[in-house]
Amino acid sequence: MTVALEVKGLNRSFGALHVTRDVDLTLEKGARHALIGPNGAGKTTLVNLITGVLKPSSGQVALNGEDITAWSQAERARRGLARTFQINQLFRGLTVLENLCMTIGERDGNCNNMWRSAGAKRAVIDEALDHLEALRLVDDALKLVRELPYGRQRLVEIAMALAQKPRVLLLDEPAAGVPSSETHLILDVVAALDPDIAVLIIEHDMDVVFRFAREITVLVAGAVFTKGTPEEIRSNEKVREVYLGEAHDHG
Amino acid sequence: MPHLLTIAVSILFDGLAYAMFLFITSVGLSVTMGLMGFVNLAHGAFAMAGGYIVVSLTRSLGIDFVPSLLISAVVIAVASVPFERGLYRRLYKSTDLEQVLLTIGLAFMAIAAFTYFYGPIPKSVPLPSWLEGDINLGFRSFPSYRAFLILIGAILITILWYAFERTNIGAKIRAAVDNRRMAESVGINVDRLFTLTFALGSGLAALGGGFAIQLFGLTPYFAVLYLVLFLIVVAVGGLGSLKGTLLAALVIGIIDTGGKYMFPQAGNFFIYAITVIVLLIKPAGFYGRE
Amino acid sequence: MAASEPTSGAMTAKAARDRAAEYLLRRHYFRWPEALPWLIAIVCFFVFPDRMTFGSQVVIMIMFALSLDLILGYAGIVTLGHAAFFGVGAYTVALASLKLGWSEPVSGVVGAGIVAGLVGVIVGWFILRYRGLTLLMLTIAFAAMLQEAGNIRSDFTGGYDGLPGLMFDPLLGHFQYDLYGHTAYWYALAVLAVVFFFVRRVVYSPFGQALTGIRENVRRMHSIGSPVHRRLVTVYAISAGIAGMAGALFTQTNAYVTLTVFDFDASAKVMVMLILGGTGRLYGPFIGAVIYMVMEDYFSKLSPTFWQFGIGLMLVLAVLFARRGLLGLAETGWRKLSQRGAP
Repeated sequence: MTVALEVKGLNRSFGALHVTRDVDLTLEKGARHALIGPNGAGKTTLVNLITGVLKPSSGQVALNGEDITAWSQAERARRGLARTFQINQLFRGLTVLENLCMTIGERDGNCNNMWRSAGAKRAVIDEALDHLEALRLVDDALKLVRELPYGRQRLVEIAMALAQKPRVLLLDEPAAGVPSSETHLILDVVAALDPDIAVLIIEHDMDVVFRFAREITVLVAGAVFTKGTPEEIRSNEKVREVYLGEAHDHG
Repeated sequence: MPHLLTIAVSILFDGLAYAMFLFITSVGLSVTMGLMGFVNLAHGAFAMAGGYIVVSLTRSLGIDFVPSLLISAVVIAVASVPFERGLYRRLYKSTDLEQVLLTIGLAFMAIAAFTYFYGPIPKSVPLPSWLEGDINLGFRSFPSYRAFLILIGAILITILWYAFERTNIGAKIRAAVDNRRMAESVGINVDRLFTLTFALGSGLAALGGGFAIQLFGLTPYFAVLYLVLFLIVVAVGGLGSLKGTLLAALVIGIIDTGGKYMFPQAGNFFIYAITVIVLLIKPAGFYGRE
Repeated sequence: MAASEPTSGAMTAKAARDRAAEYLLRRHYFRWPEALPWLIAIVCFFVFPDRMTFGSQVVIMIMFALSLDLILGYAGIVTLGHAAFFGVGAYTVALASLKLGWSEPVSGVVGAGIVAGLVGVIVGWFILRYRGLTLLMLTIAFAAMLQEAGNIRSDFTGGYDGLPGLMFDPLLGHFQYDLYGHTAYWYALAVLAVVFFFVRRVVYSPFGQALTGIRENVRRMHSIGSPVHRRLVTVYAISAGIAGMAGALFTQTNAYVTLTVFDFDASAKVMVMLILGGTGRLYGPFIGAVIYMVMEDYFSKLSPTFWQFGIGLMLVLAVLFARRGLLGLAETGWRKLSQRGAP
């Protein structure tokens, strides 16, 4: 069992506000790990710390055994760490195909090329189309991202993360903002992810969590409240208390 | 040695006067930029317009200098409101570039308009006798005009500090500068607050413009020439910070005056050098938020 | 029956793929309207043979605006100090001629471009870590510092009075500069053509795409592994080099240079030209520079005050109603027309 991502004693404060407290987290290769917790628990902050958007006040992040704590976002991405954002971060003025080609181009160094035209490397286009095909987006390939309905944009967001050929994938509420009629599109994709990729998913929908996750970490007020298998978490009284709050009154 | 001391005192005094001018004119720009994130390059034009109103009031209507300053400040403050409501408001969500272009366009229009009405030749104002000449402080004499400017500056700083730190409105402004969305969700009417600070800032700019006539001479190009300086004070001091604007005004005012005394051929070199050094080390300025 | 369905399904899928790929493969092909600016430039020589000194200055401004488009239109860097690099190029050529006796024009332009590009790398490396007002002020301050420094050493640079009477060798050893500016015009046009060809390749390359990505969503670029800072410094250096070449041409065609080339006004002017024409469209600089220079030439003779008012008004109207410049307006108009024509 190889460890794909390891977080040790991660702390982050904003002045007097201690938003991430001593968090430990381990993802093995092929993991299906869910991160849950009430609003404001610091889940996205944790993802930002792991991906390098924020620097920790203390603690370590290791990717495939390498200490990446001091690395920039881009360096981590090139080492196989990919993420999706809670709100789509796409190139809205470009076509879906260009969005993907850009991702692949940055991954394989094609974007360092100033001389040949963007379309000249057929391999990049083909790979982009492969990814689009896998997510049934080929018909939208030439549409501008901003012309797509939000649900399909969310799929593009995931496609871009997958085009990075990640070894660790962090999905921040992948179904957020997607109309309920289209959520199954996202969830099918998540269910069909490459078994070798270690996946961490932040999610609020408990059905999704219990269906997808083999391991769950509960984050409350920036600290790890508890972790365990879906069964353990489901039957944990305290989790229900802290998470659902009012439900206890009806207990 | 006494010679050196004399020079040092002169530099400090002149630098302080210059700093007061910079502060008075720039503080409005700093607060409005910190509050709304709106890059207003027409700010210099408001100062210039204020100066010209003082010229007209004193020369054509025979009103005394000091009352003219006040009237001009009020007139510009009131006149700035339709600009903010009618024009600037549409661009709060726009990119920096668009705001820069719009306000530069307005500045050009203002310069052209005032050139048409007042001509390009520098204007001066008749000063009351108590502002001409020197005032004797015992150990030395100082030019009365600049002493007056320093006095007014100090009074304004005190008033502004009090208003910012001790009044309700000041607290609201500070909150909105700090986190606009949070302020709005708490029920603060940020839009109205902005109109108020914008009018106040423009009025102060007009006041500064009025004072500038005697210091630098007034031409329509004042609007752009000194704009860079105001932007520097604001950027170096930190957007939305009273303390920052004051500190930056002092640093720039004194160092520039000192530089010009000792290396007159260097011109504004020191100002730009300070700007680059400060911004590279503290990109948000002395007291700006990152 | 059952056998043909999967094949037709597979065929339409493949067709969709091919169609998508074709678009990207073809994007950089030359389209016939692209020949127009050059044809017009050539025609102008024959129609206005006595305005060719003015013509070469217009060509130089096109090049300057093109350099700004690279960083402003494509990479999204807002600068009001680009005249710094124009000035560096202008003075490199002037001083090389005066102090080093290097008056061969073409190598002078290339050398000026390299010097300006190097300055661009150094400056860019420091200041491109910042955005917004901080970056804007740094660009303004840098250009102003160069100007003041030049004034301090006015013994060297000629100060605001400038360095008149510069001498340059005949072009390619053959073509003398003539009073009518004919040589200057073709020379500037040739340099512009070479530079433009290069810029066009960069814009359509994967690197150019990455620049657009940085402009559109820099957060995303970081998270997909793009070395954003490195890309920005690279394009800034290229842009500085081209601005420097424009400045060098300026000195050579005027045989004269003064410190006013570093003016804030000059940086603002080239930005107005670019915005007028439209950013990020490769041909915006052509339209913007030509229209601005022609109008300035005409109106400022009539009344400088009205010209200034007009520019200001133009800017205000552009921001309120024509954010993407004249080319943007043309595109919108074209699209509306073709939509109306469609059934």
